[in-house]
Order: sequence, then structure tokens, then C-alpha cells
Amino acid sequence: MPGILVYALHDDEGDFNKNSLGAISEAAKLAGELGADAAAVVVGDVADDACAGLGAYGATKVYRAKAAPEGLAQPIVDVMAKVITDNGFSYALFGGGLLGFEIGAGLTARLNAGVTMEVTEVKVADGKLVAERPVLQDSAVVDVGYVGEPGIIIGRLNAFDVSEGDGGSAELVDVEVELSEWSTKATMVTRGEQRGEDVNIEDADILVGGGRGLGEADNFKLAEDLAGALGGAVAATRAVVDAGWYPYAAQIGQTGKTVAPKLYLAAGISGAIQHKVGMQSSDNILAINKDPNAPIFEFADLGVVGDLHKILPKLTEAVKAKKGG
Amino acid sequence: MKICCLVKEVPDAAVQKRIDPSTKRMDRSGEKNLNPFDTHGIEAAMQIREGGKAPVEEIVSVTMGPESAVRALHKAVALGADRSIHLTDPALAGSDVCATGYALAKALESEQPDLVLLGQQSDDGECYTIGAVVADHLKMPSLTQVIKIEVADGKLVCERQAEYGYDTVEVALPAVISVGDAINEPRYPSLKAIMGAKKKPLETYATGDVGIDSGEVGEAGSKTQVLAINPPPEKEAGEIIEDEDTNETVEKIVAWLDERKLI
Repeated sequence: MPGILVYALHDDEGDFNKNSLGAISEAAKLAGELGADAAAVVVGDVADDACAGLGAYGATKVYRAKAAPEGLAQPIVDVMAKVITDNGFSYALFGGGLLGFEIGAGLTARLNAGVTMEVTEVKVADGKLVAERPVLQDSAVVDVGYVGEPGIIIGRLNAFDVSEGDGGSAELVDVEVELSEWSTKATMVTRGEQRGEDVNIEDADILVGGGRGLGEADNFKLAEDLAGALGGAVAATRAVVDAGWYPYAAQIGQTGKTVAPKLYLAAGISGAIQHKVGMQSSDNILAINKDPNAPIFEFADLGVVGDLHKILPKLTEAVKAKKGG
Repeated sequence: MKICCLVKEVPDAAVQKRIDPSTKRMDRSGEKNLNPFDTHGIEAAMQIREGGKAPVEEIVSVTMGPESAVRALHKAVALGADRSIHLTDPALAGSDVCATGYALAKALESEQPDLVLLGQQSDDGECYTIGAVVADHLKMPSLTQVIKIEVADGKLVCERQAEYGYDTVEVALPAVISVGDAINEPRYPSLKAIMGAKKKPLETYATGDVGIDSGEVGEAGSKTQVLAINPPPEKEAGEIIEDEDTNETVEKIVAWLDERKLI
């Protein structure tokens, strides 16, 4: 019995996104409770083996639309709407990320279906799925149920853990989908361009994250000096990466990296949800921000309300002195 | 070219937000403001107009919301929109994303815009989604979280950051584009513009005026239901230090790091 359909995002090499694999694992678990199946959708010319391999995460079937382009939402809305309608799926699940939001939203309109986004947990109640969604900067959590089918669930980044089991290989079904006229009106010119130098932040035990509060690109020097003294690396928020202050490879959050260092020292970072999802698993979070109302103070272990331009240089010196002594 | 900017009135960021436990809806009383993300949409429209690559005849700000939402339209007009449309009807109250997107699309259909711009998210809830819902109803291409727009001959060349880095995408007009806050620095409205905002044309529509099926909107037309509101998982509150004497503050930070063997 069809149950939950998951979009499996992949890069140009055909490697699947970790959050998509997490969503498949979650769908398989929920489908088990519902007495239904979990399946995945893949667009583009991904190898048979790679598609069938999604069975390891719990997908029983993989629908592949070879001719549809990967990377833009609307052609994928066409593909998923057809697979859902033809096969009677009750839910569509997305593992977060920008494309998941866009495709899920498009499906909402196309299928006149309910949608919940930023979902952190999904549970089964009375044979139906209920999505848990934190709201108001995570100050409350609402349980959302669906009226009619399908229900669309867009997970928050890293909400669903990847679980590789012994599911064997998934049955591969090729689907032909005629794209909507408007779905062909946006075309990818270049995908996945890296901007700035390649830096490694994922292996660092200590990260100093810099945000808009640094004031200008040159002030990243303050974060670099402190990271140097602590023996760590420097990370950045999307806002400053988009502004060209720091390389994309150092970005944490929704469309960047997910990290869990021993220490995350947030300098001038407000702590928006999009950033929080990428670093909240850090062992220790220290935040320095001049705005006492910054959301980061809600989840920092130590919060310092003050001017980082005064604090960071002195802290760097003090750390050096401590290490030297 | 005609540009419609979708705007929304949201609770002021500095004000504590809450959900009304009786209605399970956002308590939208208290201080309100124009969604800061939407000001980037209006600024983007102004820059297209001033850029001169495509003549912009009109910039129209459009909102859906209760009577008070008119203030968001006044702000939008002060920032540069030429006129406004206010979709308001008791039947719309309690609309979820699906119903809201449908209703906004209906209001936009009556305007036949060449470009619809909006902020990538609202400060108070419907993250990232509304633009794509509206676009599918209007049968237009769409792109969200765009940080650069160039107008060229019936199309836009847009840049945005997606899962694997920066994407450059060509989008034919008419289109729906949601913009990220990195796209521009919204200007401050002049005093004259603020004073004159209330004199700019404003049309008020009810659901029937733009062909909205009232069974498809409001709480009754919504496809999601809030079943419960719970407190967030408990987390031990962190320690907060106010920096009064920086030497002392730094000493405390170093001691904290040292305790955790991070130095």
C-alpha cells in the first residue's frame, strides 16, 4: 500500500543529500507504523544501482523521472504530483533545505493539500500523521494534523536521522512526466557555484562563528585571531556569506554546513532558526552579541551581552596568555 | 512592466509573540510592522524601476489581512509603491498556507502583473513557502531566496544560494520571485513620502470581488489543523553576563572555557 513519498535530492554527481536520506529513513519508520510503504522520487539520469540503493534506507520503490531536470522546483512538482495522484500516496515528506520548501509549497497549490514546514518530529495518531512544528522562535511547539490527503510535511534541516538498515534494494520504476508549460520557464544557467576559498570547518573542535554584528568584512580578522588562539577555525552566517565577507565553504545553516564542535563561539550572530539548525548540536555554545534580545541567548550556554569589538581582542590576548602560562 | 509586491503585517520583532490558546491562532494584537523581509521586495522593485532596463509603469503593493493591515500598505507606499490593494474579509480569517496562497493568487490575477516580488519569509510564521504556492496557482515560474536580479529582455537572471552553492537561473516573465535580505539595503522613506502615503490610491477587496471561493479559505477551507500547542522541550537556561568591565568579562569567559577544558 502506498503511503509516504519522499523527494531524494542529489548533486550533479548523483550523490544523494544527507537530509533526503534522513527523510527516507523517517518515512520508512512512519510507514511501518501506518502499515504502509515509503517510496522515493528521483529526478534526472541517476544510475539504476544508486536509485535501488535507497532501499537500504527503507524505500520500497523508487520512482525515477529521467528526463526531468534536477535543481529547480517546478518540474519536480510536476513529477511528484503525478506520482502521488497515480499511486494514491497519502503524504509527501521533505528533509528540509531550500528545494524541499519550494517543491512542497508548489505541491500544496497543485494538489490543494495542507502543508507544514520546519517540522522537527512526525508522529502517528489514529492512523494518521501529525507534524510537530516549533513556532515563534521555538517558544512553542504546535501539533498539526491534515484535513484530507495528501498531507505535505517539510522537515527542518537535520530533523530526521539517517538510518541505514538491511532494507535490500528498492524496486525501480521509471516514470514519464509531461512538464507544465510554466515549469519550463525557469532554466538553470549554473548550479552549485562555490564562492570564496575552500575552507574546512566540519573537522574543527572549536569554531568561532562570525555574523553581521562584526560590522564589516575586515572585522573577520577579530574572529580569525581568536580562532587562531583557541586552535579552531572560523565559520560564518549566510548573511555575511551572501554579502561577500566570507567564503561560502565556511557557512553554517540551512543551505550551508551542519557542525557539532566542542565549542561554538558565536560572535555577532543573532541566532536565526536558519543558523541554529546548523550548529545547535555543539557541545558548548558561547554567544557574544550587543543585542540582549538576540535569539541566540535563548540557547547559548554562556551569553555575553556586549560589544564584540572590545571583547574579542582582549579575549584573544587572555586565551594566548592562559595557553602560554 | 507592472510589479506587484506582496507584503504582510507582522508583530513587531521586539514584542513578545504568542499563540492564543482558545483559537490556536497567532495572537496578532499588539504592535505591528511591515514584515522586514518584504521591504527588500519593494526595494528590489524600486531598483528595477530606477535601473532603467525595463520601464516599470506601476508598483502595486498587495496584502491580505484584517483592517489593521492597511498600515503595512501605507509603509509599502511610503517606500515607493504607487498604489495598494487590500484583500480583507472575515471569511479569510484562520487561512492556512494553502488557503492564503490561493486567495493571494486570486487577488493578483485581477492585476495581471509581469512580476510578483515578496520577501523570502515572514517574521512570524509562513517560512519560505507563500511565493511558490502563489506561483503555481498563477501558472508562473518562480524562484525563492533570490539575492540578485538582473532584468534582460523579457526575462530575469537571478542568483541564489541553494544546497550545493550558488545557482544562477534564468526566469522568463511573468514570474514570482521571493527575495532574500542580502539582495539590497532598503532605503528609508522620506518624511514627505510617509506623510503622502495615505493619499495614494488604495482599493479594498472582499473575497467575492476577486472571485475567491469562500469555501476554500478561512479555517473551514484550510487543509491543516492545529491540534495542540505545547511548550518547547525544556532546556537549562544558560548564564548571561552583561559586559560592564571588559577585563572582568574576559576573565569570566576564560574561566568558563577553562572549566570545560576548552583551552
